[in-house]
Amino acid sequence: MKEIENITKEGVANLEVFSASLQKLAEKDKNIIVVTSDSRGSGKLMPFAEDYPDQIVEVGIAEQSLVGVAAGLSSAGKKVFAVSPACFLTARSLEQIKNDVAYSDNPVNLIGISAGVSYGALGSTHHSLHDFAVLRAINNLTIVAPADNYETEMAIKLASEMPSPVYIRFGKKAMPTLSENKDFEFGKGRSVRKGKDAVIIATGETVFPALQAAIALEEKNDLQIGVVSMHTIKPLDLEMLDRLSEKYSVILTVEEHSVYGGLGEACASYFLQNKKPVKFRIMGIPDEYTVTGSQLEIFEHYGISEEGISEKVLELIS
Amino acid sequence: MTTIELRKKSIEYRKKVLKYIKNANAGHTAGSLSCIDILNVLYNEILNVSPRNFKDNSRDRYIQSKGHSVEALYVVLADKGFYPESELESLCRFQSHFIGHPTKKIPGVEHNTGALGHGLPISVGNAIAAKMDDLDLKVYTLLGDGELLEGSNWEAAMIAAHYKLNNLVAILDYNKQQITGDNEEVLNSAPVAEKFVAFGWSVKHVDGHNIDELVAAFREISLRESEKPTLVIAHTIKGKGVSFMEKNIKWHHKVPSDEQYKLAQEELQASMESLSKAEI
Repeated sequence: MKEIENITKEGVANLEVFSASLQKLAEKDKNIIVVTSDSRGSGKLMPFAEDYPDQIVEVGIAEQSLVGVAAGLSSAGKKVFAVSPACFLTARSLEQIKNDVAYSDNPVNLIGISAGVSYGALGSTHHSLHDFAVLRAINNLTIVAPADNYETEMAIKLASEMPSPVYIRFGKKAMPTLSENKDFEFGKGRSVRKGKDAVIIATGETVFPALQAAIALEEKNDLQIGVVSMHTIKPLDLEMLDRLSEKYSVILTVEEHSVYGGLGEACASYFLQNKKPVKFRIMGIPDEYTVTGSQLEIFEHYGISEEGISEKVLELIS
Repeated sequence: MTTIELRKKSIEYRKKVLKYIKNANAGHTAGSLSCIDILNVLYNEILNVSPRNFKDNSRDRYIQSKGHSVEALYVVLADKGFYPESELESLCRFQSHFIGHPTKKIPGVEHNTGALGHGLPISVGNAIAAKMDDLDLKVYTLLGDGELLEGSNWEAAMIAAHYKLNNLVAILDYNKQQITGDNEEVLNSAPVAEKFVAFGWSVKHVDGHNIDELVAAFREISLRESEKPTLVIAHTIKGKGVSFMEKNIKWHHKVPSDEQYKLAQEELQASMESLSKAEI
């Protein structure tokens, strides 16, 4: 199986790809400016700071001003990447994102690092399980959660060229290459594996366990399960949702986010309002005090794993 | 312009602020009257900003962080030729771009503001960008004193001092009142000057209704060789120019009745006439 070969191809953390991509961009364009909130270490941006000291603005631990200053730089013509842990960037700075970036149409690239439950046992203060939900309700913001290294590299490149604001979030766990499919554009889902019995629409770092589940279901149950990386949460690829709902009667969504307000509910809303008769379930982090542990332990606890996703697919198919 | 001409402009602006607030049946009356002399001096004497150069990256920037006093800004921008004054008839009407807080949809407005505590961080970003690009411009931002309670101002104050933003001038419209009452009773932010000095800023006090003092202060700042950002504390009176509105907190966002409107316009007209007599 090609997918099995691909999935074992080792990768690095999307965070590493992000910092390397920024280096490449900065080398060619001195208008690329990175703004950090004492987050250059967490953002793997130490080499960037050394190589391009005139292209990094440190605002200290002050996330509101991180975004406000980024908006000011952007309005003066700079191509700005504001980098901070997703938990702080999308909560403490939410009003700055809403007013100074989105409403003001300043094309700042908001980079939420160590997103979802990447910080694991550091606890809920450091988790961002709300970011899709709150940002989806804000007009003029593209929301992206790349799955693998390729998607991350493409997302950073496209964001630097976007004339409107973008939020990109990823984790810090090494991610293998999930597909050789080189179709990547914002607002278009990326097919990672073709199927016929059911499809899993996943996003960010949950695409990997979704793909593991699909491969296992073929080996053990002879089921053909499609997998889509829906890296762009907004604007959602509605054409792809149409195609998937025509082809598959069973659809499962998986995300490293609250089950409220994220990818799953966005899909559910579309299917329901457009009378798509699909069997549909949302997998994510339930509305409770999140269990403590590492990212993988939290994933496994809530069934975001090869076993958990396989079980859910089988339950739906039966 | 001469001092008398500028003083007349201020009265003219005050009359228009009231006219359009009355017409819209909405607006921040007292705050607009409080800051109008500052805007008058900035736009007519200090800022290198006009409809002609507004797309030029080397223009000065004016960011009104206390966005609720937008009527003052709208009246001044109309006078500077950014749009015909008649457009202000649509203030706060359905589908008008002239809403109750500044937006970039209005020619001459630099940033969307309205939520407090946003203008200073944005201005810091503008000022850093100007330094990166070696542009000899100044970024002016108008803060309200109630607004100073927002913590983001103090983040931005630290950042501005750290980056030695001597091209940044914040102006505090220090009328010492906010929507609920006097600053010191609602939540005391004093002593403001000492706080900014401790944060690494130069601080200058002026009478925010004295045209000569305002002009002199801004000119002196533009010539000064200092590495510090500057705060101009403009001591003002909320509702300035209309005796029954002055220092009376109920005028924060009250619209005058027909009778009050007539009285206010008459008082401003009398001020205008006494200035004209003084000129002769």
